[in-house]
Amino acid sequence: MANGTIAIAEKSFYEVSTNEHSGILSWLLTTDHKRIGIMYLVTIAFFFLVGATIGLLMRLELLTPGRTIMGAQTYNTLFTLHGVIMIFLFIIPGLPAIFGNFFLPIQIGARDVAFPRLNLLSYYIYVTGAILVLVSLFLPGGPIDTGWTFYIPYSVRTGTNVSLALFAAFILGLSSILTGINFVTTVHRLRAPGMSWFKMPLFVWATYATAWIQIIATPVVGITILLVVIERTFGVGIFDPALGGDPILYQHMFWIYSHPAVYIMILPAMGVVSEIITTFCRRTIFGYVPIAMSSLAIAFVGYLVWAHHMFVSGMSDTAAWIFSLLTFIVALPSGVKIFNWVATMYKGSIDPQVPFLWVMNFIFLFSIGGLSGLVLGSLATDVHLTDTYFVVAHFHYVMFGGTGTIFFGAMHYWFPKMFGKMYNKKFATISVITFFIGFNMLYFPKFIMGYMGMPRRYYDYLPKFAHLQEISTIGSWILVGTIFFITGYLLYALKKGPKASSNPWGGVTLEWHIPSPPPMENFKEIPTITHEPYDFSQLKEMEYDK
Amino acid sequence: MTNSQQAAANLHHVHRDDVGARMGMWLFLFTEVLLFGGLFLAYSVYRYDYHEQFRLAAMDLNTGIGTLNTIILLTSSLTVALSIAAMQKNNKFLSMVMLFFTLALALFFMINKYFEWSGHIAEGLYPKSPELLNMKNGEIIFYGLYYVMTGLHGLHVLIGMVVLSFMLFFIAKGKITPENYVKLENAGLYWHLVDLIWIFLFPLFYLIH
Repeated sequence: MANGTIAIAEKSFYEVSTNEHSGILSWLLTTDHKRIGIMYLVTIAFFFLVGATIGLLMRLELLTPGRTIMGAQTYNTLFTLHGVIMIFLFIIPGLPAIFGNFFLPIQIGARDVAFPRLNLLSYYIYVTGAILVLVSLFLPGGPIDTGWTFYIPYSVRTGTNVSLALFAAFILGLSSILTGINFVTTVHRLRAPGMSWFKMPLFVWATYATAWIQIIATPVVGITILLVVIERTFGVGIFDPALGGDPILYQHMFWIYSHPAVYIMILPAMGVVSEIITTFCRRTIFGYVPIAMSSLAIAFVGYLVWAHHMFVSGMSDTAAWIFSLLTFIVALPSGVKIFNWVATMYKGSIDPQVPFLWVMNFIFLFSIGGLSGLVLGSLATDVHLTDTYFVVAHFHYVMFGGTGTIFFGAMHYWFPKMFGKMYNKKFATISVITFFIGFNMLYFPKFIMGYMGMPRRYYDYLPKFAHLQEISTIGSWILVGTIFFITGYLLYALKKGPKASSNPWGGVTLEWHIPSPPPMENFKEIPTITHEPYDFSQLKEMEYDK
Repeated sequence: MTNSQQAAANLHHVHRDDVGARMGMWLFLFTEVLLFGGLFLAYSVYRYDYHEQFRLAAMDLNTGIGTLNTIILLTSSLTVALSIAAMQKNNKFLSMVMLFFTLALALFFMINKYFEWSGHIAEGLYPKSPELLNMKNGEIIFYGLYYVMTGLHGLHVLIGMVVLSFMLFFIAKGKITPENYVKLENAGLYWHLVDLIWIFLFPLFYLIH
């Protein structure tokens, strides 16, 4: 990709400060995209562990019928918090804020993002929102209990701290918008000479498409949740049926954002998958242009499908079948990606290292998630399955099995580059397997229970579900155990791991051309791009571990 | 500062990209349009549902104040544009005077708004007031939307005033120069957006009967 412009040994960004401060302030006030990426990583990983712990508590409650460890109101609070934390604090910002920040500028050959100070501001706005979520737990009134969708009219009637939690979500949205603006401008303005649009790595394409969704969709949910706050404070009646407002309008406006947000969550993950598959197959990607375009297609069609969340809310039948059709159409670009990934592996020389195993996990789990989505997108089956565990199983397979899995995949792929250390590969391989077992034990029974009629968000259940609930809870132990195991060996590697080379996997995108960890300004000289992004003929001239 | 930090500071390139800065601003304005777009959507839905009651409720709004405020905002858009033009022509003083006029007009707008709102509140027309709750649903929603939409717009005027005050300060400090005035330009763009949104709010609330 870059010809003869490989940076020589320089001090890494850990050793050089971007400002006049040293120590902790050199981090807190940094404008370096890599340091900001790592600050996001620490913060987001923390909230992920909090969210996972809450999930574990909910599963413990459901171990036996009736009250096990908590009361019904606590349970309502916990599933709301689990949703709010996992969606707004982990999965939406996760991949773009951590890996987008760290690798997007490097992959296009830039020294930083277009607006480095704005980047730091987005981080602090994110932290402010996160703190407000936590504060809302402890204020009088009690933590929010509406579910993460904040449906009207309950969210106006309940006495819990809905307003503060919603305001926090608004602030998190602002952070997301600013990050999106930053990335779009960076991709347009800061590509290295020679890097035409179709020479960008696919992770950049995916993050670029994501950034557009962040810009276009987030303001709409912003105004929607702001209206709920105003409604609660002043009682203006815009959504309140008692004053002539329309609660269904709330649902439309909420899902106009929140469905595209699903693609904010999954698109960057798909970008990472493209990176990992090419690297470990030592082969250029099959159908580069279709994969890049399918990201944009998902971003575009993703806007037109929101009302499939509302098939039983009281829409016209015509609207329902139109949205059902559009929902099927959005499956096409996802299918394009999956087929192209599989075609890339065909006749590739596959090197099944840890990140690649995570991708295998992803393809399996995400396919189950995607196909069960078609069941929910079909009108007749959706009416039967709405608000059952089937939906819960579906979106956990998509979100956690898709994005969450790739969060770990990306972590294992880029860990040596980000920290210059290597983790224990044997432990990592074991954790992929236990993750797979725990995940399917935890979520697959929910498909069955949902089909049998177990409603979501219920605190208690009929005895006939007892066995499946037990299997599910035991799965949650394996899964959470795996997550803490992964956290453990990665932290150990950080401290005591062997030094990683600049290119441990044999990748060819720009980040593998520079030392690990990267130097302060990424490139000593901005490289001139002459190769296609996945042209493995360059590997002959590059140093890498066999 | 140690030697190595000094060396690093020298190495650190100074990044400046006016086209990029303008592009970022346009993207941000786009999100603002969408933010108000949600409200316009709600307005159109309820106008469709309650068109007769919206018509009746709109009769009570003071078209005179609305027109005056429209003229004020349009003029302020002109003065902010003149301020940028003056800066481009290296006339720092005129640029500051024009910015000052813009701020004065914005303040004038807010004062009008204050009298208009307090007038309605004195009549007992405010959310949850017994007067309003006695009215028909469509009228309640009309006033709800009126307060929310003009209120959010007013908030944007206030934010714009803060931004423009900073620009005035930056010009005085010499941080905005004829060679580097993209900050002022972006502040101007923001101000035009505030103006533009009002141009849509004005007919929707004051003129359509």
